[in-house]
Amino acid sequence: MIKTLLKSVREYKKYTILTPIMVVMDTLFFTLIPKLMASLIDEGITPGDLDSVYKTGLKLLLAIALMMAFGVLGGVFAAKASGGFAKNLRHDVFYKMQDFSFSNVDKFNSSSLVVRLTTDVQRLQGVYQMIIRLAFRAPFSLIFACVMAFTINKELAMIFLYVIPFIALFLFIIIKVAMPRFEKVYNEYDVLNGVVKENLDGIRVVKAYVREDHQNKKFQKETAFIENLYKRAYGLPILALPIILMFVYLVTIIITWFGSKMVIAHSLTTGDLFALVSYTAMALFSLIMLSVVFVNLTVSLASAKRVVEIFEAKSDIRNKSNPVTEVKDGSIKFDHVDFSYLGREDKLALRDINIDIPSGHKLGIIGGTGSSKSTLVQLLPRLYDVLNGSVKIGGVDVKEYDIKVLRDNVSFVLQKSVLFSGTVRENLKWGNQNATDEQIIEACKIAQADGFINEFAEGYDYFIEQGGLNVSGGQRQRLSIARALLKSPKIIIFDDSTSAVDMATEASIREGLASNLPGLTQVIIAQRITSVKDCDSILVLDDGKIDAIGTHEELLASNLIYQEVYKSQSREDA
Amino acid sequence: MAEARKRVPGPGPHGAMGKVEKPKSFGRTTNRLLSYLKVHWFGLLIVVVCIIIAAAATIYSGIFLGTIIDNNLLPMLKSGDKDMSSIAYEIIKYAIIMIGGSLATYIYSRIMLNISQRVLRVIRDEMFEHMESLPLKYFDSNGHGDIMSRYTNDIDAMVNMLTQSLPNVFSNTLQMVGVFVAMIVLSWKLTAVVVVTLVAMALVLKLLGSSSSNYFSKQQKSLGKENAFIEEMTSGIKTVKVYNHEGEVKKNFDKLNTELCENTTKANIYSNVFMPVMQGLGSLQYALLGVVGGILISRGMWAITLGIVVSFLQLSKSLTDPLARLGQQVNAVVQAIAGAERVFSLIDEPCEDDKGTVELVNACEDSDGVLRPCEKCTGKWAWKRTDGEIVPLKGDVHLKDVNFSYNSDKQILHDINVYAHPGQIVAFVGSTGAGKTTITNLINRFYEIEKGEIIYDGINVKEIKKDSLRRGLGMVLQDTCLFSGTIKENIRFGKLDATDEEVVAAAKLANADFFISLLPDGYDTYLKGEDNLLSVGQRQLLSIARAAIANPPVMILDEATSSIDTRTEAHVQEGMARLMDGKTVFVIAHRLSTIRNCDVIMVMENGEIIERGTHKELLDLKGSYFSLYTGKKQLT
Repeated sequence: MIKTLLKSVREYKKYTILTPIMVVMDTLFFTLIPKLMASLIDEGITPGDLDSVYKTGLKLLLAIALMMAFGVLGGVFAAKASGGFAKNLRHDVFYKMQDFSFSNVDKFNSSSLVVRLTTDVQRLQGVYQMIIRLAFRAPFSLIFACVMAFTINKELAMIFLYVIPFIALFLFIIIKVAMPRFEKVYNEYDVLNGVVKENLDGIRVVKAYVREDHQNKKFQKETAFIENLYKRAYGLPILALPIILMFVYLVTIIITWFGSKMVIAHSLTTGDLFALVSYTAMALFSLIMLSVVFVNLTVSLASAKRVVEIFEAKSDIRNKSNPVTEVKDGSIKFDHVDFSYLGREDKLALRDINIDIPSGHKLGIIGGTGSSKSTLVQLLPRLYDVLNGSVKIGGVDVKEYDIKVLRDNVSFVLQKSVLFSGTVRENLKWGNQNATDEQIIEACKIAQADGFINEFAEGYDYFIEQGGLNVSGGQRQRLSIARALLKSPKIIIFDDSTSAVDMATEASIREGLASNLPGLTQVIIAQRITSVKDCDSILVLDDGKIDAIGTHEELLASNLIYQEVYKSQSREDA
Repeated sequence: MAEARKRVPGPGPHGAMGKVEKPKSFGRTTNRLLSYLKVHWFGLLIVVVCIIIAAAATIYSGIFLGTIIDNNLLPMLKSGDKDMSSIAYEIIKYAIIMIGGSLATYIYSRIMLNISQRVLRVIRDEMFEHMESLPLKYFDSNGHGDIMSRYTNDIDAMVNMLTQSLPNVFSNTLQMVGVFVAMIVLSWKLTAVVVVTLVAMALVLKLLGSSSSNYFSKQQKSLGKENAFIEEMTSGIKTVKVYNHEGEVKKNFDKLNTELCENTTKANIYSNVFMPVMQGLGSLQYALLGVVGGILISRGMWAITLGIVVSFLQLSKSLTDPLARLGQQVNAVVQAIAGAERVFSLIDEPCEDDKGTVELVNACEDSDGVLRPCEKCTGKWAWKRTDGEIVPLKGDVHLKDVNFSYNSDKQILHDINVYAHPGQIVAFVGSTGAGKTTITNLINRFYEIEKGEIIYDGINVKEIKKDSLRRGLGMVLQDTCLFSGTIKENIRFGKLDATDEEVVAAAKLANADFFISLLPDGYDTYLKGEDNLLSVGQRQLLSIARAAIANPPVMILDEATSSIDTRTEAHVQEGMARLMDGKTVFVIAHRLSTIRNCDVIMVMENGEIIERGTHKELLDLKGSYFSLYTGKKQLT
């Protein structure tokens, strides 16, 4: 897992290696200072030797200057290394995601992808910086302090060896107990945020039913619960700090007691006693630092795992080595096609599909929810790959085509069409970067979008906000159709893409397509029979199988499902 | 284009942008935040006492070694006295003070934890309760992500400040003052040396602080931009792929990513450099003290002893460390106050305006046939005026000359006149954006009308308490919003005290019972926020059941346009039809079957009712209604 993440270090390897070196040097000089101070006291101050005071003072200043220099350099390098690492990681994750196939996207779902790219990467950036700085500083500071203590006085320094494992064990236990409690707090936060979110989404329902108080109570129960969980979780670290401080004091007392005895017995100098006390604090606080590093590492493990999952996902749809780069015509042929989202023979979403449509024909598809209508058409631009059999366009298996060429020629108007923040024109140009204004207007006229676009004061420069929230659902669908037409495709697929458009407008769109683009193969998924009635052939899909295929009249005469749907809809009309 | 882009500041997915803002009125917001602490004055008093004890202990531990050297070790070395009892006495004193100090530290941290968590709970509850009382306009004009971030980012910042920064700032300041006093007592001349380095540190603090907060806000801004981009492109990833747009998207991403990297690195450099510099200056002070002290001792000047120098050396750490820590807290405090400001601004939003006095009450008939209000649920309802007059609830709704606009620059509805008599079904038809949904939102006062009046059973709706008015109106909305909880709880949302039998009966009426009983846990199946356990159609059936159990005399139905398969659609229609039975109903219709059975149809266009009448009358008129559906007619 770590190996995968480290691949994103790349050009920032230099800084990544330099940072710990700087940090260790910084720590080294930091550790030297009390020892130098001890000799200043013993050789300079106590005997009153001014020369020695100046000399050692100079050494001290030099050590401090070096410490500062290394410290600053370490900080700069660490910032560069972690910033760069995060940049590369985000870049790698984003690029990988762009190469995902639809089934990859389905597996992760988009909101979890966003979390991985934002929160998780950011957390990893923080941890990365922590690892190259603190994770080196803490153990080295501990080791240096111990070594210094031992060089000063072996007997007294032995106390360290007794106390340190004890504190380490204590910290370990605290972390062990506290971690699950923290996890609980975070999980509960998600629940709390969930309550807020559903109240934002459903505020009309809450108000319509006058359930404000009911929801308040629900929320208050949650906040009270969180208050207690939080107190329980944070109670432990709060307890740990004074206890560790007690240890520091205890060791200080022991060293002072025995040290004083030695000073009186002339086996230890006052300066050395002073230095020993300083090293005690240094050693024990580096343990706290170490536990902070440990906690942060553990917390970030989940993030690391989530990010690595993205790298490990394999995009199953790739170009062949010598792809076909031209789509001859818009004919469609499904040959004994089976499909499963899970890639399993026993969980088929489509079963033995056979279709043969000449170029320029209109194919309608009717069927209930879960009959796999959308699945069927998604095989055309190779958004998914078939399990068995083959899908051919223009007489060539879709797997043989260059994916870009294929998708440029098979235009797909998704059920949930998404517009992006930008002007109307910019959005439409997604279909064709080089589209002229005339082409854009023509496409909009066919899609019945030109009319309302002109009603905007800014016309085609009207700014569409993220998610297209400032246009209505019907307008969004019409813009999506225009965008799809701009590709000048050989095949266009409408996946229930006129559901929010009123019937008269829908009829105009159909007429426009028929008269302006007669050679275009159309595949139309619809709920309303009227939308597919004039198709050259209509496919009735039921539970992933073709129930019947034929013209409106044929189906009306012979197909049960079609008759049922027709009856339920025409009853409205009679 | 660049300019157009600027218009969408849109808070990042996690509202990261909000955090950048510096608080506008630091003092006022701080005061207000602190006012939440008032009730905890006793706990805070203990906290203050404990912090003082803890700080005193820290200071004492700084001068401990020096005192021993000066008072015990040096004289003993001189005199050759080997009696350790005086040192033992000092050590025991030290041990007691340190135990006291540690205890005090624990006590104040623990109390602060309790107080801060309670305060945050109160603020959270207050914010939520207030949010629930805000008019819909607020939710329309403020992004959900932005509101959410107040519960997450802003509250988090406040947690940090209350639990950590506040006690930290207090105890560090106190410690610095205490140490400073101790230094002056020991030797005010040597203290002067300390002041010189302190001033230098303060200058560095200020310098680094201001440039770091500058880069920090830049970093937050580009982070917000990048996160918004990621969110947009990820939620639209299927569209991106269908349009082969990956290359373009990657290019734009790299641009944002490089910018973010630059700003992050700069911001981090400043914060990373801060500690080493402060530590260096602290050590410099330490070294200066040693050297100057050494010179002074050997020259025998100023009555400086080795013990004083050692004390100064130890104290100097207790002075510079808190200063560095204070410097680190500045950002946290600024963030927390900015967060508090955003939270308070939500709490200060004006509530839904409600000056109504007329109440909806349960009613029962006396033996002589007179309606009286009564306690228990009778299934009969009446309006009760403040003067005690009782008006039976019939479900008679008139809209008279109503004008409306969401914001005053664009008129949405003009001169709307609608009469719905008890038991009538009124349908609104027309293209998207014609104002159909808006009308229904005015009846239950989700929005306030500009001109005209809406009369319910002879009473102006403005005189009816909003709660009562909405209880008298049922709504089935187009987007079926369910809440996390069991199916039973979701249906019961319409009537909180409904029995299980009533729940099942409502589900049966809505045609929802058949699929609920097929679920493994039946009515106790737990629904989570947005999971896909239920299909759109099933969710719709549940929302019909929810309305059915409430059983209000007037219903507003917004028929769903979303695609559901024909069989479920038939179920939904059947459920809706049963729901409408015997009630006054306003329906925003998309299906001809619904429209045809209506008593009156309103054809809307551009916020006006252009035609009204029955299905047949309108068809005969051969006007807008006729042409709206001729496409359909021709084709059948």
